[in-house]
Parts: sequence; structure tokens; C-alpha cells
Amino acid sequence: MTDHPLLRHAWIAVLALAVLAPSLVSSYDLNLLGRFLAMAILAIGIVLIWGEGGILTLGQGVFFGLGGYSIAMYLKLASLEPGYLPDFMEWSGVMSLPWWWVPFQYPLFAVLAVVLVPALFAGLFAWLVFRRRIAGVYFALITQAVALTFATLLTSQQSTTGGYNGLTGFTTLFGMELGTDAANRTLYWVTLGLLVAVFAGSKWLIGSRFGTLLRATRDGENRVRFLGYDTTPYKVVAFALSAVFASIGGAFFTLHAGVVSPAFVGVVPSIEMIVWVAVGGRKSLWGAVAGALIVNFAKDIVSSAMPEAWLYVLGLVFILVVTFLPNGIAGLAEDLMKRRRERAAATGTALLEEAQ
Amino acid sequence: MLDATLFAGQVFNGFSVASLFVLAALGLALSFGLMRVINMAHGEMLMLGGYLAYLTYLIVPGPMAILVAMPVAFLGAALVGGLMEVTVIRRLSSRPLDTLLATWGVSLILQQAARSAFGPIGVGVTAPDWLNTGFAIGSLYFPSTRIFILAVAVAVLAGLGLLIARTRLGLLVRAVNQDRMMAAASGINTRRVDLAVFCLGTGIAGLAGVVLSLLGPVTPTVGQSYIVPAFLVVVMGGLGSMIGTTAAAIILGLVSALSQIFLDVSMSQVLMLVFVIVFLQFRPQGVVATRSRALEG
Repeated sequence: MTDHPLLRHAWIAVLALAVLAPSLVSSYDLNLLGRFLAMAILAIGIVLIWGEGGILTLGQGVFFGLGGYSIAMYLKLASLEPGYLPDFMEWSGVMSLPWWWVPFQYPLFAVLAVVLVPALFAGLFAWLVFRRRIAGVYFALITQAVALTFATLLTSQQSTTGGYNGLTGFTTLFGMELGTDAANRTLYWVTLGLLVAVFAGSKWLIGSRFGTLLRATRDGENRVRFLGYDTTPYKVVAFALSAVFASIGGAFFTLHAGVVSPAFVGVVPSIEMIVWVAVGGRKSLWGAVAGALIVNFAKDIVSSAMPEAWLYVLGLVFILVVTFLPNGIAGLAEDLMKRRRERAAATGTALLEEAQ
Repeated sequence: MLDATLFAGQVFNGFSVASLFVLAALGLALSFGLMRVINMAHGEMLMLGGYLAYLTYLIVPGPMAILVAMPVAFLGAALVGGLMEVTVIRRLSSRPLDTLLATWGVSLILQQAARSAFGPIGVGVTAPDWLNTGFAIGSLYFPSTRIFILAVAVAVLAGLGLLIARTRLGLLVRAVNQDRMMAAASGINTRRVDLAVFCLGTGIAGLAGVVLSLLGPVTPTVGQSYIVPAFLVVVMGGLGSMIGTTAAAIILGLVSALSQIFLDVSMSQVLMLVFVIVFLQFRPQGVVATRSRALEG
């Protein structure tokens, strides 16, 4: 992608457009864009674990949910008059705040929880599974079971999690009133900044020694083992990082959407997250970001025009992309570039021969 | 504290749940052992079986409708499975994770198709009168539907066992299972064996769908509620082993039913998952291991 000088600098234009977006698009579209940028942060995590690590996880919704619920619990408590309990708890007859809700009244704790809870949970889970060399399809199926279990748990513990409806009705964040134009803009820019940081950090990580070993593990785990490396820590770290990115994405999504519920964490949303990256290109950071934006905007358009059609479209696109375009849009773009380059080279050789 | 009747009742329920798990997981385990692919649309084969049962009931009412529905559902699901194998799975045979994803696409489409055709709410299948009875031993009541499900599971297991051990197809399946390249070199059409096993597996799922329709309404997402436990059964059972799959199904069925004495359904689900992960710490190769997982490419 970096051979044409115009393309090499295209990212500057894209970034400039993204920064200026609040004055270019309507506030509704800005809100959508903010949500989808938050999802793009998660998509970058999937590139790390799936594209670079070759480990398919069908449970990213869990970490998206951990981040979303962590921040939502703080927002819920911050929006209350002192002495009151969240509305759904009062409806269910809960008399006092459950112990695991209590620390979330402190904003710092909620922010730390967004990062640390998924990191610890994902790290422990991945270590338990990878250390016994359970991989591939087995790992994918276990993560799917985790997603199902987490969503069921959230739905069934109505009195302390808000159940099926989840958590909503937030008014203030760190003393800033939510829902105003100024707040939406600030949120958007913070999301964008974080996405850029996560993108740059991941690019560096992929280029580092860690990235090389992760790819080597993907392509021939036993060879890496025979060279004397223990592959488990690399896979565990990659999985935990992707979980943290998913959690940050979930937290910002919740801020933009004003709601978090089990509908975002279960089996189907978790696989949809894989679809974004499959469409965009599992081995490309910009592909994953583009995939998250394209699939979600398409979903918004198709499902509001023809709600019935969306699942057909999603299913069919997924089958076709996986079968014929395993590296997604990014892979396709790279192939086209390569072909053009080869053609140019061929013309060059021909000209040279003519001159001789 | 724990009274014996409740315990015995839950043990019976455990075996009844296990028989559903076996029926749902057997087809998955068969094709996974042979082709190393997981069919995410396997749950929709259950759903298809359920709807085919519903349609059969509309056409042939009467007490024996369920006995007609079972072969119809078997053949219908096997046919759809065969179509899937030829159009999607065969193309991706060298990329097992991608097969999983592509078949998930198929699963979405089938679910939405069912929603368009039969509505989102689901249809009911009424069990025939001869299944609406039951008998009691002491204060324990055994409903006939549950016993019928157990019987179907045992019959399917026995039939499949005979097929693998005694028929020519079974011989070919065992040969391909042991060494695909050698089997192909000695003239076995491995692709045809794959297709046959895949059809057989999805057919069993269709059959399971008929059985499920006795327990509750058939909805577009009915397969989803059974498929994740079935996946866990496959993970825990070991590579494509019938004995392993059956044992894992019984263990998980009992864990699920017995834990529900103390816990609600969602917590019991959590416990089941934790149990599988802990179990894999001690036996990562599954209940029955024909091959080691440790050095799989």
C-alpha cells in the first residue's frame, strides 16, 4: 500500500477529515461515527489475536461488555441523587447496593476496571487454556461458550445487572453533562485520539520482536517450540491485549450510545465483531478499522430500510468473504496494487528492450 | 438436607439432558473427527428437523405421526447438510477456522429463512397421546417423552456403532479417520466418504430436532440453545470418538442437572463451563483420545 506517494500520505487526509468530522456531519451521524470508531478499537484487537496470532476468538463480546458495564455502573451511580439506588434495583426490591457495585462510585476505579478487569480475566482464562495446548477450533468453541454464559448471566441476574434492558439513563460523566453538543464532540475526539493511539501502538507491536514471534507461532507453533521458545506467554499477552482493546471499545461505545445491555455481548454480536475484521482484512490494521466502519454503516442503512434483509446480507457477505477473500478488502487492495506494479514493471522492461 | 427423591429425579433428568446433548453433538463429533471442521449451522439442522416434524404433523395427523416425522427429518436435514458440504465446506477443507466462520454465515441465513417462513414466535408440535403419559416409582414421576428421548438416543448410538463397526461404509470411515492419505492412495474416494459422514451427521441432528419438538416450541433460534452445550461436549469428548462424546454428554448432563438442585439455570451454566475448563486442565486431550492434541499443526 505504500508504493504510490499519494497513497503513502492518504492517511493524513483521512485523519484530517476524521478530526474535522464534527463540523462536517450532522450530530446524529457524528454519534454513529463515534460508536463505530469505538468498535474499530476492538477490531484492532482482533487483528492482533486473529490476524497476527491465528487464534480465532468468538468471545470478544464478553470483554466489550466488561468495559461497557464497568463504565455504565459508574455512570448509573453518578446519575443518582444521593441515597437512592439505581431504578431497576428498587423495582426488584434490592435494599442496599451490592458489594461489587460499591467501588464503582469512584470514577478512577471505573476507569481502572475498564483496563484491568478484562486484562486479568482474559489473561487467566487464556493461560489456563493455552498452557494445556488447547488451540484452534477448541479454543474458538470455548470462547463462544464464555460469551453465551456471560450474556445469560447478565440477563438472568435482573436485580443487580438490569437484566435484558441493561443499564441506561446516564446524565453525567466526570462532572460533564452528557448529551450536549459540546460533550458529544469531546467524546468523539477522545475516541478518535484513543483509536489513533491504539492503532499506532499496535503497529509498533506488530513490527517488534513480539509480533514476529506471534506470527511465527501462528504459522508453525511446534517449530517455534523446538527453537526453544515457550509460546504460551505470547498467546496469553496477545489475547489479554485484544481483550483490553475490546473493553476500551465497549466503554466508549457505551458512552456514545448511552446504553449497554446483554444484546451487545452474546454469541451473535461476538461473531459480528469477527465479521467486521474478516470483511476489512484480518491481517491489516487499517483494514480492520475500515471493516468496522463499513459493516456497521451498512448495517445501519440496510436494517433501517429492510430489517428482514440484514441477516441475509450479513450471512451471505460473510460466506463470500471468508471463501473468496480471506484477507478481506485490505488483501484485495494489496493484490490490485501488486498487479499494477507488475504491469508497470513489465511495461518498463519492454520499453528498455525496445530502446536497446 | 438433600432428599433422595429429589436427587434421583435430577439424576434421571441428567440422563435425559445427556441424551439430547448426545443427539445434538454426535453429528458434530463425527464430521469433526473425520474432516476437522466444525459446522456452526449444525444447530440449524436441529431447527430444520423440528420444522419438518411440524410439517409432517400437518400432513399426516394421528398418533404415529412422530414415527413418520423422524425419517422425514433425517432425510431432509441430511439433504441440506449434503448441499452445504458440496457448496461451502469442501472449498474450505484446508482452513478449519474459516469453515467455522462460513458455516456460521449459513446458520444466520437459515435462521432468518425460518423466521420469514414460519414467523419469529415459533410453532408448537403436540406430542401424541401415547407419549403424554408416564409412570411413577414411589414419589418419582417419569414422563414418557423423557423416556422416549432416552430410547431414541440409545437407538441412534447403537445404530451408529453398528454402522461404523460392521458395514462397508463404516470400514471406509475408519480407514479415512486413521490415515486420510493412505486411504486415498489405496483407492478410497475420501471426498465421498466425507460427504456421506457429513450427511449422516446432519441427519442425526434433524432427528434430534424431532425429539426437541416434543419438549417445547420450535423457534428459529431453537438450535442455538442446544448447540453451545453440544460444542462443549465435542471439546470435552475427544477427537471424533463416539464413546468419548457419549461419556462427555453424560458427565455434562449430570453436572447441569445436579447443579440445578442448588443453583439457578444461569449459574449452573457458568458451573458447566468452569467444569469443562478445569477438566481440560487434567485431560486436555478429552475423555477419550485417539490422537494427541499436543503436536497438532
